[in-house]
Amino acid sequence: MAETEELVILPSAPKKAVTFDDEENVDATNTQEAAADEGDGLLDLKKKKKKSSAAVGSDGLLDLKKKKKKKVEAKAEDESTEDKKADGDAPSEEVAATSSEVQFDADELANGTGVWNSAATSDLTYPLLLSRFFTLLKSQHPDLTGDGRRNYKIPPPQVMREGNKKSIFANISDICKRMKRSDEHVTAFLFAELGTSGSVDGAKRLVIRGKFQQKQLENVLRRYILEYVTCRTCKSPDTDLKKGENRLFFVTCNSCGSRRSVAAIKTGFQATVGKRRRQKV
Amino acid sequence: MSIENLKVNDPFADDVGDTQPKNYVHIRIQQRNGRKTLTTVQGLSKDFSPKALLKAFKKEYACNGTVIIDPDMGEVIQLQGDHRTKVMDFLTDKDKSKMGKYALQKDHIKIHGF
Repeated sequence: MAETEELVILPSAPKKAVTFDDEENVDATNTQEAAADEGDGLLDLKKKKKKSSAAVGSDGLLDLKKKKKKKVEAKAEDESTEDKKADGDAPSEEVAATSSEVQFDADELANGTGVWNSAATSDLTYPLLLSRFFTLLKSQHPDLTGDGRRNYKIPPPQVMREGNKKSIFANISDICKRMKRSDEHVTAFLFAELGTSGSVDGAKRLVIRGKFQQKQLENVLRRYILEYVTCRTCKSPDTDLKKGENRLFFVTCNSCGSRRSVAAIKTGFQATVGKRRRQKV
Repeated sequence: MSIENLKVNDPFADDVGDTQPKNYVHIRIQQRNGRKTLTTVQGLSKDFSPKALLKAFKKEYACNGTVIIDPDMGEVIQLQGDHRTKVMDFLTDKDKSKMGKYALQKDHIKIHGF
């Protein structure tokens, strides 16, 4: 499912200003919840885990999970549940399943006290150490946990209808800023893809001719990002679009330094729509 | 959990976009009045007869359509209604009643629009 997808445009409702905000939510929800929404998580592996964790939890906990789950689910769907939890919490869960003395509190884990003390005599199993590693990694270097494909998030396009035949794309400048692309480039792409035309109004909003829904524009934007924003080599969205020599556009990646040329935006064939008489004049 | 170094990773697995086949077939959509739309198929190679294709399309999707000769783009098939995915399926279908052995590769076709 979404596993292969690295670009996530947030669905409309929560208007969060987020890029790479995985950690916040994980922190906010405790591990139990994390386990709960991991249940929706997609891999076979995870499903097994779900069973084991369910076995551990007492009845009360299960109830709690179910209740929470509903709340969380809405959230979880927004931020493509899968990766973070897979990385961070899976190991700790495994621990819960294997060893009887569970519940290391986070402080102990972070500070290296308690079981983690170097003088401690109790055995530290591999999964235990691994879970500690990932927890620490996640808290201190959140960028590294995303195993290559990070979640790249931009706010959803806000689309309003103006009259009957026009749509307004309100937050285009915000989105462009976040993608580090010029408004004109994005606008040109939108118009070419949608086969329409439009203008920019006083408040820097884009007025598009034709009826378009938010979902449709989201699709087009997603395609734009794939084509003009993400780096093909390292998948990082941190790139610059520059006009190189002989009028070609180049995308230069800021994180891996690779450079590739991208096709210019071409409008292609445009059928004449509407009254022909008007067009001739 | 996944540890980056241990993954069997083909570095060239997704390196397809750079060797672009230049003669894409573009399938576009255009909005007309109300909820009506047009589908245009542009860039079909000279080996195909647009007329014959159009005939097949029209029959298959029960829509009208026409072949437009554009000074820049050559012959463009224009169909009434949104048939983008269906046209795509048709063009890539190896079935005898469809494209047969002349079926196109999926990555030679680009679908535009929302």
